[in-house]
Amino acid sequence: MKLSVTDQDGVTHELEGLEGWRAMEVIRDWGLNIKAECGGALSCATCHCYVEGGWFEKVGAPSDEEEAMLDTVGDVRPNSRLSCQILLDEGHDGLELTLARSARKDEMAA
Amino acid sequence: MSGSEIVTDVVVIGAGPVGLFAVFELGLLDLKCHLIDILDRPGGQCAELYPEKPIYDIPGFPVITGQGLTDNLMAQIAPFGPQFHFSRMVNSIDKQADGSFKVVTDADEVFLAKVVVIAAGGGSFQPKRPPVDDIARFENKSVFYAVRRMEDFRDQDVVIIGGGDSALDWTLNLQPLARSLTLVHRRDAFRGAPDSVNKMKAMVADGKISLVIGQIAKLEGEGGQIERIHFSTVAGDIDMPATRLLPFFGLTMKLGPVADWGLDLNDNLIAVDTEKFQTSVPGVFAIGDINTYPGKLKLILSGFHEAALMAQAAKKIVAPDERVVFQYTTSSTKLQKKLGVA
Repeated sequence: MKLSVTDQDGVTHELEGLEGWRAMEVIRDWGLNIKAECGGALSCATCHCYVEGGWFEKVGAPSDEEEAMLDTVGDVRPNSRLSCQILLDEGHDGLELTLARSARKDEMAA
Repeated sequence: MSGSEIVTDVVVIGAGPVGLFAVFELGLLDLKCHLIDILDRPGGQCAELYPEKPIYDIPGFPVITGQGLTDNLMAQIAPFGPQFHFSRMVNSIDKQADGSFKVVTDADEVFLAKVVVIAAGGGSFQPKRPPVDDIARFENKSVFYAVRRMEDFRDQDVVIIGGGDSALDWTLNLQPLARSLTLVHRRDAFRGAPDSVNKMKAMVADGKISLVIGQIAKLEGEGGQIERIHFSTVAGDIDMPATRLLPFFGLTMKLGPVADWGLDLNDNLIAVDTEKFQTSVPGVFAIGDINTYPGKLKLILSGFHEAALMAQAAKKIVAPDERVVFQYTTSSTKLQKKLGVA
């Protein structure tokens, strides 16, 4: 399963995804610029990404709890998701994501 | 507090689960601790990020919440009388001529400790910035992440961003002082207390405040003073005059001053050995998520193990001539007395 992940500098990376992993875990494992500071507990929004290329319908809309976490970033778009809430299965082969600015490791802290 | 030095065996930087358990392990060896944390309460990430979330990998607890673990640790270390210093950030650690360490906080408190234990997790929690360019040049002049003095907002055109309790509470509290007040949130749903949401909506209905559903796009201003703020909304881009901005997006961690303490770092983590969990500066230890060594796993239980081994090494620094006999809490009446159970 391949994920196509575009980083905050506009560079697209082909990542090998694994069924049962969360998209965030794959992106973090490949060393892309993602903070993911709560580790997937749906308690921050620092793995924020945009679901691209028509994949948003398939991945689905965020839950109420995820929407509430998205309130804590300022760069939400209609195709925003937290990548820790995208549980990968074979149907996600070719999934296209773009990492949000608010997911950068060094972006958000004042 | 400034001017008076606090002398102690150990300063623990960070009052998350690992910093708290360090008090226990150090306490069994008669070492007294002062803990310093940037948050206003104990628990670290467990308190700030996931107080209600279940944790499943704490030995002996099939499931426990972040707050439950924090509460239990506080009870467990109570016999050792740890002293807490909350809402403080450590700015510097300097080795003194006598081998002790001078630890200074952002409130100019000075600690003199024989040992420093850094248990700072992902660093210190700081307010999240809105993702707009150049916001730093307005910070602490016209953009604030907390209200320190309400008078700073009197007769100002105040814009508050956020959908949680901080945004709502300050909307309600600053409205009587402000010349104008606009609350901005990305959607027409607020996660703050329902009572605050109702009060806010009543103020909107009465024309006392404005509510904009949108996201910040750009700041305009000179010399640190904002003049206009641009927002993107579903109806298109808008802008409005503003002299004060209060974004409330919660907190996020950053390494902060730790990077300037002269310790060997490895990808923003503090390098330690796995015998003592000591940093490149003897007498300064690092435990929990902030350290790194071959095979490191960022687990709370790893931090607990690191705390136990660190404490043995710390004892040898504080009391070099004292022979340390390894004892178990199950059998040692000496340890049980320290715990107040014998």
